[in-house]
Amino acid sequence: MTVELYVRKESEWEPKVLMFACNWCSYAGLDLAGTSRLRYPINVTVIKTMCSGRVEPTMVMKAFKEGVDGVIISMCNPGDCHYQDGNYKTMRRFALFREMMDSFGIEQDRLQIVGISASEARKAVQVIGDFVNRMFELGPFKEDEK
Amino acid sequence: MKPKVGFYWMGTCGGCEESVVDLAERILDVVAAVDIIFWPVAMDFKLEDVEAMADGSIAVAIINGSVKTSHDEYVAKMLRKKAGLVIAYGSCAHLGGIPGLANFHSIDAIFDRVYKEVPTVYNDKGIVPQLRTEIDGMILELPTINNTVQKLDDIVSVDYYIPGCAPNPDLLMAGIQAILSGNLPPVGSVLSPNRNMCDSCPKERKEEKIMVKEFKRYYEIIPDEDQCLLEQGLMCLGPVTRIGCGELCMKANMPCRGCYGPTDQIEDMGTKYASALATIWYETNEEDIDRIVRSIPNFASIAYMFSLPASIMKRKRIKSEVDFK
Repeated sequence: MTVELYVRKESEWEPKVLMFACNWCSYAGLDLAGTSRLRYPINVTVIKTMCSGRVEPTMVMKAFKEGVDGVIISMCNPGDCHYQDGNYKTMRRFALFREMMDSFGIEQDRLQIVGISASEARKAVQVIGDFVNRMFELGPFKEDEK
Repeated sequence: MKPKVGFYWMGTCGGCEESVVDLAERILDVVAAVDIIFWPVAMDFKLEDVEAMADGSIAVAIINGSVKTSHDEYVAKMLRKKAGLVIAYGSCAHLGGIPGLANFHSIDAIFDRVYKEVPTVYNDKGIVPQLRTEIDGMILELPTINNTVQKLDDIVSVDYYIPGCAPNPDLLMAGIQAILSGNLPPVGSVLSPNRNMCDSCPKERKEEKIMVKEFKRYYEIIPDEDQCLLEQGLMCLGPVTRIGCGELCMKANMPCRGCYGPTDQIEDMGTKYASALATIWYETNEEDIDRIVRSIPNFASIAYMFSLPASIMKRKRIKSEVDFK
């Protein structure tokens, strides 16, 4: 199986993407992507948290305010959470947060909640590649910084 | 000579002024200790009188209301120069308050709605207020209205905050006494205890783990008087709100609306509330989560009812910020 590699477009502007990855599944999955020598765009900055349940909507809101163009929150697949129900909590939290995004005029596409297990390195790379592509289409979060 | 105190209102409903009057007979003690030199709602002093005073000659300026027009901005800055201490009084000055919810819309949308679209408005010529109008050779001028509602400390530096919609008169009295005795907390403090509403709520939490099946609005149920309102499915902002009000809403069997603002540890009230609210229901598949979230109308306005201009984003995003103040 081959992963469709992300093709960099000609553009002066580069999106900044923040990715929260949980320690037990997603970060291990990204680690596997590294050891398997899979390539993914450099636009993503990964922050490791012990559980996706640690990620608060306040953090995501602040990230947008500080100039991040998109946020990925990757968690264990449903049922696999190391802390039993941390990822379900994340799903509920960010379902509420999505409601707020509409009110604040933030595009829904700028946030992605995804389950990535420790063995899904290819999925991780695919998700990041697709997400960064989408950010290129959406443009900068702060228009005047274009 | 008694210290001078000035009161001023900006974008507000007048409830804060009412709460000053609610000091009742204690207002006599206040007047015995200080001179009120400016209070548009109750006394006949003109703005020119204050403008003529020397800088720093007023001891305390107690300002309520949010900043929405150029006139508000002008008076706030002027009073800051004249006053030794500026106190932001009430939710609107402290956090932006309910007028701050205007930040979820653009100014054009608000004008269209208010002057053209409301069903009871008859305005077939589409007349909207103008900054400058000439009638019979006379010129009428109105202050400009800003696109974004701001709280007081976005405009001037504020020394102390008295929260609440409207503030508890006891807090004002305690504040005035603290100023008179010189026994003041660090500058920038909110003059209300930094504790959480659930801490002092008179209602009882009956369940070990709160399990809400669906969220309800105030008018849909008559809640049990003794039980936690969150347990009964009402969206109470108690978990993110500071105490000081005397738990008035809960005593009247109404959920907390968050007018006292967040505790010092909370940066953004609305997102923190989303965080807290997600832990009291236990749906685990996406369809059920969606169903529950959809059952909450306009969640952002509930979570930010009093604090939108004090939130991280401050307002709805505007694509082009060039022609926007």
